[in-house]
Amino acid sequence: MIEIKNITKNFGAAPVLKGVSATFESGKCNLIIGKSGSGKTVTLKCMVGLLEPDSGYILFDGRNITEMQFNERKEVRKEIGMLFQGTALFDSLSVEENVSFPLDMFSNMTKEEKLERVNFCLGRVNLVNTNRKYPGELSGGMKKRVGIARAIVMNPKYLFCDEPNSGLDPKTSIVIDHLIQEITAEYNITTVVNTHDMNSVMGIGDKVIFIHEGLKYWEGTNKDILKITDGELFDFIFASDFLKELRMRAHYENDK
Amino acid sequence: MVRVFETFGEYITIMYRAFSKPEKAAMYWRETFRQAKDIGIGSMPIIAIVATFIGAVSAVQFAYQFSSLNLVPMWWIGSVVRKAMILELAPTISALLLAGKVGSNIASELGTMRVTEQIDALEIMGVNTPAYLIGPKIAAAVFVVPMLVVIAVFLGIMGGWAAGVGGHFYTTAEYMRGVQDGFKSYDVFIMLVKSVLFGLILATVSCYKGFTVKGGAVEIGQSSTQAVVYSSIFVVIVNFVVAFLLL
Ligand SMILES: Nc1ncnc2c1ncn2[C@@H]1O[C@H](COP(=O)(O)OP(=O)(O)O)[C@@H](O)[C@H]1O
Ligand SMILES: [Mg+2]
Repeated sequence: MIEIKNITKNFGAAPVLKGVSATFESGKCNLIIGKSGSGKTVTLKCMVGLLEPDSGYILFDGRNITEMQFNERKEVRKEIGMLFQGTALFDSLSVEENVSFPLDMFSNMTKEEKLERVNFCLGRVNLVNTNRKYPGELSGGMKKRVGIARAIVMNPKYLFCDEPNSGLDPKTSIVIDHLIQEITAEYNITTVVNTHDMNSVMGIGDKVIFIHEGLKYWEGTNKDILKITDGELFDFIFASDFLKELRMRAHYENDK
Repeated sequence: MVRVFETFGEYITIMYRAFSKPEKAAMYWRETFRQAKDIGIGSMPIIAIVATFIGAVSAVQFAYQFSSLNLVPMWWIGSVVRKAMILELAPTISALLLAGKVGSNIASELGTMRVTEQIDALEIMGVNTPAYLIGPKIAAAVFVVPMLVVIAVFLGIMGGWAAGVGGHFYTTAEYMRGVQDGFKSYDVFIMLVKSVLFGLILATVSCYKGFTVKGGAVEIGQSSTQAVVYSSIFVVIVNFVVAFLLL
């Protein structure tokens, strides 16, 4: 479980987060949703320590990482996996070397043990026969899979995914979403996913947090979210006229 | 002016972290060897070609000037070429070439890693990123640049020999007499001091420029250009300071 309390963050004079508090539960996909530029990535980066929040604190199962020095943080970071929006694979390394990197750096496994673990993780994300390929030779969906494999190779307790569907077609998006959901449940991981994709919200949103104008505007499950009838969240969910039209018709049918 | 101090402070902070204790020595060695190979082998051809021709052209120049003076014997040219290559030409020209080739390479590699969040990915894993990404590059440069300079000196002297003998200014025996005449190991010491400092300058400046890029492709391009410009400027300034203090 991760808790964030009253996180604020400004860049220069512009406030991005104005005091966000939320709880992210283990074994669940916790979604942060909001418009582009609403501060989802900033929230995520504050949580993993890539950005320092101006105030507020962040607890990883009770451990306050905002107060930790680099070396203490390093211990928590070994329990964190992250899938970046652009995957951030090391492009000078092959797929196998990418996934193996955290093991090479931090484990005392033998070569064989590492290879076994790497192949297990690549198999888990349904990638076979790509070990020797380089990131430049992979499709968007395959890169995301490698990114997930690298993120889970150290058996993380916490998994962060920044827009896992960006740049993917709808079908591949669903596959990646389900992969994240399965892994989360299988290993009881606390997973935090940033997204603005309503398909993901409906598909994997065990818990949903809507950020608007620097504040947590709404919190609930994907079942609750459809009951929203007005306000900013309504506008966000039914952003297209097509969806609004569909919804109005549905109401109309119900009323009859 | 405040910006200058901020930049300098940031530079020092990053370089300080670059020299902190590594998580896993084997990984750092691997990276250092890779960098040394990149810088060393990759820059060998250009350094070889330029040094040979610089040696050749110096010999021809001196021969031309000496013959019009008619005061000094032609075998002196070997000694003059040697001294010029060791003290000045080989270290400075190699460093300027390397600033252009290796400096821009390092800055754009690190800049790309920054912009595509590869550096963030390393941070998340708990890697001390300056130590892993910058430390090996500095170590490699400080080790490899002096070796390249030694090669440049050797090829420069060979270039002078080929040009002079080819142009019938002197015989091989005369030139070699000059090359050996009045050899001082202090000159070699100065050459090594310069080479190490130049390696340090071009690696740290380019690493700093690449590591701190913000933005995208345009900024990567700018930072790699700046890496070359600033490295070159610092190289010629330090070259002067070393000559001034040690000669
Ligand atoms: N490093 C930064 N420096 C300045 N402004 C930033 C930085 N990172 C993000 N911002 C600003 O913070 C706001 C939120 O950005 P972000 O969290 O990336 O949005 P999103 O919800 O789309 O992920 C944006 O207005 C962005 O311009
Ligand atoms: Mg974002």
